[in-house]
Amino acid sequence: MKKTIGVFIAILFAVTAAVAQGYKVGDIAADFKLKNIDGKLKGLTDISAKGYIVVFTCNHCPYAQAYEQRIIDLDKKCASLGYPVVAINPNDPKLVEEDSFENMKKRAKDKGYTFPYLIDETHATTDAYGATRTPHVFVLQKTDKGNTVEYIGAIDDNTEDAAAVKNKYVEDAVNALLKGEKPAVVSTKAIGCTIKWKKS
Amino acid sequence: MRIFLIGIFCSITLNTYAQKPDLVSFEQLQQRYTLSKDTTYVVNFWATWCGPCVKELPHFDRLAQEYAKAPLKVLLVSLDFKSKLETVLIPFIKAKGIQSEVLVLTETDANTYINRVSPTWSGAIPATLIITNTTSTFFEQEFSCDELKNAYLHHLNTSKK
Repeated sequence: MKKTIGVFIAILFAVTAAVAQGYKVGDIAADFKLKNIDGKLKGLTDISAKGYIVVFTCNHCPYAQAYEQRIIDLDKKCASLGYPVVAINPNDPKLVEEDSFENMKKRAKDKGYTFPYLIDETHATTDAYGATRTPHVFVLQKTDKGNTVEYIGAIDDNTEDAAAVKNKYVEDAVNALLKGEKPAVVSTKAIGCTIKWKKS
Repeated sequence: MRIFLIGIFCSITLNTYAQKPDLVSFEQLQQRYTLSKDTTYVVNFWATWCGPCVKELPHFDRLAQEYAKAPLKVLLVSLDFKSKLETVLIPFIKAKGIQSEVLVLTETDANTYINRVSPTWSGAIPATLIITNTTSTFFEQEFSCDELKNAYLHHLNTSKK
């Protein structure tokens, strides 16, 4: 009896830990329906593609700003190949005014975003993915089983200087997946802004 | 007259102390916080553009002051862009009156060092590493003044065992 309880508790911890941490490479990513800057709800099933470059990003973070053009360029390059960008703002606008829905619309228009820029109003999607900073990328591949997570992490290896980048992690991952291969680098870490969410 | 001269001397020293942070590679940073086996290093990773980081910065100076007699060294490692050193970082340090030593980490590929600071670090800042010799505790969080003090004291307890 004690052994059963022990095993049960162990499983409970493992499940809780897994839920708390978010997706790992190989997991199936759940879909979502979040409000886009055009006011309509949008999810991955609404976008016909071979896969998706899901980017948790925002207006205010200097690291996100440093990558903004590169995110726009990624969509320009990869959307036509079947891997469009889907941007999600994980921040609470009450904590960061600059990341409000109106400001999201404005920025997307000013910078000419060609991809959805969604707001995660309940934080459920951010929690499910386990995004911890902005920017934070999850490259998904569409399979029979669902959207599998194939890469998690940074866009490339140099935030400050796009010209000095040696490894374009996301672009390389997409190219590998298009060839039917797995990305050479599946997981990287990077410095970024914390996600601004009200503490429960 | 003597007091006047001392006053001038002090103000000159304080002004020139407006520190110019050292630029360090990760290896150099690691050497800094493993320099003395008996010292506890409180290494805070921050940036001028990070709101929660800026808010907790004074707590680190306060900790250093409170434990001025202890073998404690606070290192404030800035992740600001190198190009912003003169225009943003140095004026910021002066304006805020930061007393603790500020270092600028010049690594461009954070993926190479994040796990070496701590394998549990996601890369988000603020983050603080407290290390004494080979015992380290890592915190990926913002600290209140009390929380930082407790973290320091808790670390001292674990490193004594």
